[in-house]
Amino acid sequence: MALLTRTEQHTSAAPSQPGQPPGSLVRSAVFWIFLLVLALVFVGPIVWMFLTSIKTNPEATSIPPTILPDNVTFGAYEDLLHVGGSYPVLRWFLNSLVAATLHMLLVLTVASTAAYALARLEFKLRGLFFVVIISTLFVPGFVFLLPNYIIIDRLGWLDTIWALVVPGAAGAFGVFFLRQFFAMLPGELEEAALIDGANQWQIFTRVVLPNSKPALATLAVLSFLSNWNDFIWPIYVLFSPERLTLPAGLRLLQGAYTTDYPVMMAGAFIASVPVLILFLFTQRYVIEGVSRSGLKG
Amino acid sequence: MASSPPRIRRYAPWTPYAFMAPFLLIFLTFVGFPAVMGLWISLHDWDYMLEAKPFVGFDNYLVLFDSSSAAFEMFWNGMRATGIFTVASVPFLVAIPLALAVLLNRRFKGRTFFRAVFFMPYVLGVAVVGLLFRFILDPNIGIVNGLTGWSIPWITAQPWAWISLVAMTVWWTLGFNTVIYIAGLQDIPTELYDAAKVDGASAWQQFRHVTLPGMRMVMIFVVTITVLASANMFGQADLVTNGGPGDSTRTALMVFLDEGLGAFRMGSAAAMSYLLAVVLGLVSIINVLAMRERRRPKWRS
Repeated sequence: MALLTRTEQHTSAAPSQPGQPPGSLVRSAVFWIFLLVLALVFVGPIVWMFLTSIKTNPEATSIPPTILPDNVTFGAYEDLLHVGGSYPVLRWFLNSLVAATLHMLLVLTVASTAAYALARLEFKLRGLFFVVIISTLFVPGFVFLLPNYIIIDRLGWLDTIWALVVPGAAGAFGVFFLRQFFAMLPGELEEAALIDGANQWQIFTRVVLPNSKPALATLAVLSFLSNWNDFIWPIYVLFSPERLTLPAGLRLLQGAYTTDYPVMMAGAFIASVPVLILFLFTQRYVIEGVSRSGLKG
Repeated sequence: MASSPPRIRRYAPWTPYAFMAPFLLIFLTFVGFPAVMGLWISLHDWDYMLEAKPFVGFDNYLVLFDSSSAAFEMFWNGMRATGIFTVASVPFLVAIPLALAVLLNRRFKGRTFFRAVFFMPYVLGVAVVGLLFRFILDPNIGIVNGLTGWSIPWITAQPWAWISLVAMTVWWTLGFNTVIYIAGLQDIPTELYDAAKVDGASAWQQFRHVTLPGMRMVMIFVVTITVLASANMFGQADLVTNGGPGDSTRTALMVFLDEGLGAFRMGSAAAMSYLLAVVLGLVSIINVLAMRERRRPKWRS
C-alpha cells in the first residue's frame, strides 16, 4: 500500500513552490479571467463540434454563424448511425472499440510479463534485452511502416483487425514504465510468498500484479487511447469500408461529404465521446503516465 | 538497474525467458526484424507489384541527392515542408506550455481541473482534430472568419496554411508538454525559491535563475520529443490542407507514404525513411549538445 500512495502523491496536487496564492484583488481577478478565457479557447472548438452536429446543414454553413442551433436536429446522427446507411459508422465504432480493447489487453499481457522478468528475475540476457528494447525508443516509428506492411500482408492480416491489434503491442514504453514500477515493489512481499511455496507465476499474478494496479491502469488507458486514435496505420492497412476504424472512416467521410458539415461533425463527435469520457474518469492515470514519460527522460 | 532480486532464487533457468517470450515474439516480428528488413529493402529496386526485386546498392539513396531526378524534387520539397512546420511549431510548443505550467503550479483551487481542461484536446485523435479545424477555419463558412468578419484564406494560401497547421497543433498537443513541465517544476526544491526570496529576487528573477536552470533536463527532453513529433506531422496536413496550397504543406512523411504505400515503390520509399530518420537523429543530437548544461545545479549532482 505504501507504494500506491507514493504514485498518488505524484499526481494529486503536491505542494507547489513559486508564487504565493495570487496576492492583490486585481491580480487575482486578472489571473482568473485569463485562465477562464484560456479554458474557453480549449473547450470551445469541442463544443462547436457538438453544436454544429445538431444543426441543419444550411444553418451550419450560414453567415454570420449562429452559435446555438435555431432548430435542433439529430438528422446527422440518424444519417450516420442507421443500419445499412452509406457509411457504416456504427461498424467503425465497434471496430475501433474491439481493436483498441484487444490491443490494450495484449499490451498489458506482454508488457507486464516482460517487465516482471526484467525487474525481478535474474538471467544472462537481461541487460542485453533491456538495452535493445530501450534503444527502439530512439528510432522514429515511420521506419517500421513499410516492412510491417509487407509482414502483415504475408501473414494474411491486411484488412483485418489483427493488423491493428498486434504490431504495436511490443512498444518499449509499456515495458519500461512497468519495469520501473515493479522494481520499486519491496522484495519482502515475494519472499513471504516464496516461503509459502509460491512459484514465480503465482508471485507475478498474486503479489506483483495486485500491487501494481495504478501502473497497469495507466498503461491500459494510454494504450487504449493511442490505438483508438491511430490514424496513419489504419488508413493504409484497411480497405473495405465496413472494416475501417473511426479515424480511417472519418477520412473517408470527409472525402465524400465535403459539404455536409453536420454529418462530419457528428462523425467527429462520435469518435470523441468515448475518449472524452474515458479521460474524464481516468485523467489522473493519463496525466500520471505522461508526467512520468518526462521524468525518466 | 536498481532492482532488488529476491535473495531466495527458486526458479528454473528458463523461467525468465518464458516470461519474456510473448513480448519478444511480437517485438522481434514487428520491431526487430522490420528495422533490418527496411534497410534491406532500401538497397533493392523493390517494387511491391513486381516479382523481380534487383539489388541496386545505394542507388535509392544516391537518387535523393541527384538534383536531376524526380525523387529528389519530391523528397526535398517534403523535407522543406517538414522543416518549416518543425521550426514554426516547436518554439510555441516549448514556450507556451512552460508559461502555462508555471501558472498552473501556483496553489489555487481548481488547478487540477484547469490542467485537465488544457490537456483534454490531446486525447482526441488527429482525425477528429483535422475534421474540426477544416470546418472552423474554412475561408467561406468557418466560424473564425464568420465571427471576425475577416476573409482570411486560412487553408488555401500561404502563409495562412502554415499558421493554421501550427495553431491547431498547438491547441491539440500543448497539454502534453504542460503536464511534463508541471512534473519537472515539482521536482525543484522549495528551499531554492525560499533562498531566492530571502535574497530579494523578483518573480522574474526566480524564474530566470531558479526555475529555468532547474528545468534544463526536462526542457532538453521536451524540445527533443517535440521536434520529433513535429517532424512526424502527417494527419493535420492530410486532412486540413491536403498538402496544399500547391505542394507547400506536403510533408516528408506524406511524400514517403505516397511513394511506399501509394505507388508501392518501396525501395525508394525505404531509403527516404532512413534518410529522414538519420536527419532527425542528427537534429536530436545537436539539440542535446546545444542545450546541455555547462554547470550542474548543485542539488542535482
